[in-house]
Order: sequence, then C-alpha cells, then structure tokens
Amino acid sequence: MDLSYTPEQQAFRAEVRDWMRAHVPAEPPASFDGSLEGFEAHREWEKTLHEGGWGMVTWPKEYGGRDLDLIRWLIFEEEYYAAGAPLRVNQNGIFLLGPTMMEYGSDAQKARFLPPMARGDEIWAQAWSEPQAGSDLAAVRAKARREGDEYVLSGHKIWSSRAVNADWAFGLFRTDPESERHKGLSLILFPLDTPGLTRQPIAQINGETGFAELFLDEVRVPVENRLGEEGEGWAICMATAGFERGLMLRSPARFQVAAKQLVELYQAHADDCGPATRDAVLQAWMDADAYALSIYATASRLIAGGSIGAEASVNKIFWSEMDIALHRAAISILGARAELMPAAPGAGDVGDWLDGYLFSLAGPIYAGTNEIQRNIIAERMLGLPRK
Amino acid sequence: MDFTFTEEQAMMADVARELLAAKCDTATLRRQMAEDAVFDDARWQALSELGLQGILVPEEAGGLGLGGADLVQVAQACGAVCLPEPLVDLAGVVAPLLAECGASDALARVLEDGALIVLAHPLTPFVAFADKAKAAILCDDDGLRLVQRADLTLTAEPGIDPLRNLFSVSAEPGAGERIAGPDTAPALLARAAGRGALFAAAQMLGSAQACVDLGVAYAQERKQFGRPIGVNQAIKHHLATAQVKIEFARPVVHAAAVLEPDAGPQSRARISHARLAAAEAADLAARTAMQVHGAMGYSWEVDVHFHLKRTLALSSLWGTAEHHRKIIAARVFDGPLGPDQTFPQERHHHG
Ligand SMILES: Cc1cc2nc3c(=O)[nH]c(=O)nc-3n(C[C@H](O)[C@H](O)[C@H](O)COP(=O)(O)OP(=O)(O)OC[C@H]3O[C@@H](n4cnc5c(N)ncnc54)[C@H](O)[C@@H]3O)c2cc1C
Repeated sequence: MDLSYTPEQQAFRAEVRDWMRAHVPAEPPASFDGSLEGFEAHREWEKTLHEGGWGMVTWPKEYGGRDLDLIRWLIFEEEYYAAGAPLRVNQNGIFLLGPTMMEYGSDAQKARFLPPMARGDEIWAQAWSEPQAGSDLAAVRAKARREGDEYVLSGHKIWSSRAVNADWAFGLFRTDPESERHKGLSLILFPLDTPGLTRQPIAQINGETGFAELFLDEVRVPVENRLGEEGEGWAICMATAGFERGLMLRSPARFQVAAKQLVELYQAHADDCGPATRDAVLQAWMDADAYALSIYATASRLIAGGSIGAEASVNKIFWSEMDIALHRAAISILGARAELMPAAPGAGDVGDWLDGYLFSLAGPIYAGTNEIQRNIIAERMLGLPRK
Repeated sequence: MDFTFTEEQAMMADVARELLAAKCDTATLRRQMAEDAVFDDARWQALSELGLQGILVPEEAGGLGLGGADLVQVAQACGAVCLPEPLVDLAGVVAPLLAECGASDALARVLEDGALIVLAHPLTPFVAFADKAKAAILCDDDGLRLVQRADLTLTAEPGIDPLRNLFSVSAEPGAGERIAGPDTAPALLARAAGRGALFAAAQMLGSAQACVDLGVAYAQERKQFGRPIGVNQAIKHHLATAQVKIEFARPVVHAAAVLEPDAGPQSRARISHARLAAAEAADLAARTAMQVHGAMGYSWEVDVHFHLKRTLALSSLWGTAEHHRKIIAARVFDGPLGPDQTFPQERHHHG
C-alpha cells in the first residue's frame, strides 16, 4: 500500500489545474434544465473541454480521450469540481452509454457515435423508464417491431433527464412481442427529433423541466441502431446501471467540494450555530472523506483487474444519503433565508444550497431507488434469502 | 386533567376543514398557481367570515376571548392543505399582538372588515402576502409601529414555496403610528414569536399527516412487480416511521397550545419542543412521501412538493432549530425536573 501520488500524477494534477484555471467560465452558465440557452451553453462547454482534450480522460485516444487510468480520472474530477466547472450536460452519454458502447458496441457504432458524443455534438438521454416500469424495469412495454432492416418503435417513455433538449436517446424496447420480463428486450438508439416522436416536458420539483415524457408512434430507425444482440438488452442495461451507481456518476470530488463550501458557510455563521449544526458539518466532511477513500480503494482494485459488484449499490446509498445530510446542514445554517431563491434581494449568501438540497432529494430515487439497492445488498452481498 | 378537545373546539376545526376542502383543494390551488393568483380574495373572505381572527383576542377587545386550544386544530387543517393565505399568522399572532398593544382601530378593521395586517418580526423577516395587507407592524429601536399600506415599501423576495409570495417590508423612519414603545416591545415580540412558533408547529403537524396520507394512498394504488408497492416492508416501514414521529409531535403541540407563550421557561420550552418535534415529523413525512412516490414525487404532478416546500419555510421561521434548542436547554439545565413537572404551573396572564 502506498497512499501517495506519484510525481507523474502530481504533474497531471497541475496540468489539469492550469487548464481549468484558464478555461472555466467566471460566470457559471444558466441551468441546463431551465432553458435552451442554458442547455446550449453547457454544450459549448463540452466542446471547449473536448478541444482541450479533457472531455473524457479515460476514453481511448481514437475516440477523443487520453487513455488514462481511474486514478487519473479521480484526480481530473478533483480539479474539475475544485475549479467550479459546469455540470456535464452529456453525462448520460459519456458516463453511461459511452462505456457501455465500448464494451458491447460494434466497431461501426463506436466510430459513428463516440466521437460526436465526446465532442458534445450529440447530447444523449436515457429512455428506460415507463409509467408502469420504474423499479420494475423488466415490465417495459415499449415495442420495437422488426421490418426489413428497420425497427419500428412504439411506446411511452418517461422521466428521461434532459430529453427536452437532447439529440439522441438510448432506450429499452421489447423486440420479441411474445416475451415477458427480462427476456426479449433490446437496447436501441434513436434520434429525438424524428417523425413519430413527441416530447412532453415535465416540471421537476424546482419548477424546471428537467425531464421529458417521450411518446413514440411508429418511429423508424435502422437495425444498426441496436446495441448488442437482439434480446440482450437486459444484461446490457444492468451493466450500464453498474457504471451509473458505481463509479462514474458521482465521483467523490463533487461531495468534497460541497463539504468544503459547507465548512466555509458554517465558519461565516459560526456565532449563530449551535453544537448540532457543528456536528452535522463535521459529519458531512467525514462522510465525503470516507466516500473518497472508498472510491480510491475501488479504483485501485479495478486497476488491479478486479470488478465492481454489489458495492455499486453500497456506493449509491452512501452518496445519496450523504448529499441530503450535507445540504440539510447548509439549510439549517441559512435560517429564514433558506427558502429564498438566490436572486431575491434579501438572499445574501444563500448561493445554490436550496436548489442543491432539492436535487439531493432525488438521489435516493434515480439510478435505482435506495429501497431496491438495499434489497440488492441484503440478497446479493449478504446472502439473505430472496422472497 | 382532561387532555381532549371540547365539542366546540372539534366543531370549529370541522367547519374550517370543510371550508378548506371546498375552497383549497389541489385542483383549485394548481389553477390559481397557473394564473399567478394564489391569494384568493373569495377564499380569504369566506375564511374571514368564520371569525377565527378573534379567537385569541379578549372579549373586551371585541374578540372571542378563547385560547390556543381553540385555534390549534384549525392551524393543522390549514397546514394540511398548504393554505396560501396567512390566516394562521393573522389569527394566531397579529390579532393578539394588536390587542396587547391596545391598537383598537386596527384590531377593529381585522375583526370587523376582515382586513389583513401583517407583522415583520425579526425572526420572520420575509412577510407572506404583504402586498395584500392593509397595514404592517414594523419593529425599530423605538418599539413597534403600525404603518398603512400606502406608506410601506415592499420588495418582492422570490422564494421556493409557490403558494406564498414573500416581501421585505420597510417604511420611512417617521411613518406610521407608534403602537408600542421600546420598553414593552421586546416582551410583545417574544410573545408573538412564541405564538408564531406554536402555530407554525400546528401547521407542520397538519402537513405531516397529509404527507403520510398521500404516501399511504399511493402505496396502495401503485403497482410494481405485479403488486402494490405498499406490500414491501421497505415502504411500510418508511411510512410507519413517519407516523411514529407524528404521534409524538401531536400531544406536544396540543399541550403547548394551552400555554401563554411567555409565562416562563417551562412554557417557552414546551412551545420550542412542539416546534422542533413538528418540524422533524413534517420534514420526515414529506421526504418519505416523496420517496414512496418515486420520480412522480420529484415532479409537480403530485402535491408532495407543496408540503416539502412549506415545511422548509415554516421550519426556518420564528427561530432556527438552534434557537429553540437553546430555550429547551435553559429549561432542562436550570429548571425543575421530574414527573410532577410535566404540566407547567407558570402563571397564565393576558396582556
Ligand atoms: C431526477 C431523476 C432523474 C431520472 N432520470 C431518468 C432518465 O434519464 N431515464 C430514465 O429512464 N429514468 C429516469 N428516472 C427514473 C428512475 O429511474 C425511476 O424513478 C426509478 O427507477 C423508480 O421508479 P418509479 O419512479 O416508477 O418509482 P416506483 O418504482 O413506482 O417506486 C415507488 C416506491 O416504491 C418502492 N419500491 C418499488 N418496488 C419495491 C420493492 N420491490 N421493494 C421495496 N421498495 C420498492 C421504490 O423504492 C419507491 O420508493 C429519473 C428519476 C429521477 C427522480
């Protein structure tokens, strides 16, 4: 065990830091859920990142990456969040679909889809959930009917993040009409501005339309848009979900930066805070630290050839609950100003804590609810009997 | 000793609940929100006609001369529907404060004409619907003054609760009528804060139960894996845990309601306890209801978010949690302890 960065890793950190310092916009762009302008500003940022070679440092060079290992990725993320760089509007593409495609996609698909994904030319949405298929994803009803060398897609997808403005979606469809549950499903890529597709924005708790409902009525896509084999959709989705819950979606730096900001907020208001608030602040900092250590351990194990299993579920519970507690601590420090929007004249230093708090409340719901994750931990990690 | 509500008290709450069910249902609220008109004059008028504003006002000042136990369940009912109009603040805080100040003209306008008068208290600096008020009570170094609407400067303070429009309220130094001097103002403000905390607690209690009820209804109707999600222990336990919190907030809130807000450290502590316990229950119940609803709970499609936002607001008004814990610490560490101290014997007095 050697818990120190190599000189090369330190040099890499310095390189990222310098680049971020030179390129991160001083004024953060408007929310990507709030308006098309905000969305497009984030797309521009993806392009800037890509031009600097920082779009996705772990990807192979041929697809616009740097072929770096997970430790470098963590260092990159640390510098990224510390610099206050914008959220990744293409996160469903670069963190979920990208890695999945590298594992299951054909060479032609990789060549077609990965470069524009890395450049931010094509922003991706995930279209798995349906009104009747949430936790029970195997209840998917949307159909893909094979006609010659095309699939004809019909059905109703919901809760698709950023699909209001995104360009493409990867969806789970029933390719075998006779099939049930996990069998007969396939993962199919479809453009979001195509005949037969209607998008209906859905307002999230903060009032911004961060979700869309997708109504597909005989949407035609070429058979080449299927990722992996026909009927293999479930297995592929579970692999993708592993990336989502596991490492990529929530790197520790995000929480460490939030914890640092919480400490600063506390110090600015320490005179008004009592011991309960102080303890909550310290706990948030410790939790963020523990999460970082855990992810470094996982990354080291993966580099040594290990694989990620039920700890994906463990991570998801830990970061989602930590995020809520951290934001609650901030809300309690803000007192009567906590309910104000940042633009309110009396808001003072409320910053983005309120919006962050509301968003943190979604953490135990998306990427597989925490109840489902606890079932997975109990059954697959601890070996408790299934029903 | 009789810890039950009287028939009159139960009836008063029933009448309010019925009126709110008819005029403050979610379809109405959503329409009014879309029209950017959440303060509903007709609803306000109907509520005014119930005469609730006078509950805490002594009879000699034109009120009903009743106590907190007569208003507390009405406040719960208002919390259960996320009522936009500040009825609870008016009846629970402003009207008794005006009576204590002897501001009989202003009080008469509240009691007889259904006028809204608001209070900009140091612990609740952002005032809901100050734009609809006929006058405001402002605090300064010389005490309290009542300033008519025409002399007020209002600054909109957009907040997260879509059913309460907030404002900062100020006026020129000389404006308005002095209703309390520097000697009496601190005690008056302390009493107002006590009542504010108590009735905020009652509203949160109502909101908490409404959230559990929403969660229970959804857990019965929503099916995943071929059966209602409510068959899963994970869901049952979430809702049961929230209900336990409610069960042990309710008696504290109800016991606090009979107290004079500043009778002494024990009364003060009970009110702070009520405020903390109700906020904890409401917060947990709202988050639980959201979790039970899944992504639906994170959208505007269901009412959970109204409750979540209202509780976020109510639990940071009238003093932070730390403020209330200090009040409890003063009672616990310096006051008499033991089972014979359950019910404060502090003198009840009217202002
Ligand atoms: C912010 C956000 C972003 C999202 N983005 C996307 C997206 O981009 N693409 C996409 O496809 N989907 C997305 N989703 C949807 C998400 O995947 C679903 O919300 C999630 O799978 C839960 O499904 P549901 O909302 O239908 O809840 P339900 O499955 O109806 O669950 C309701 C409640 O019941 C519980 N429950 C259900 N079954 C069980 C069980 N067996 N045991 C114990 N408890 C159970 C759940 O844990 C939950 O508490 C997003 C959701 C959110 C909140």
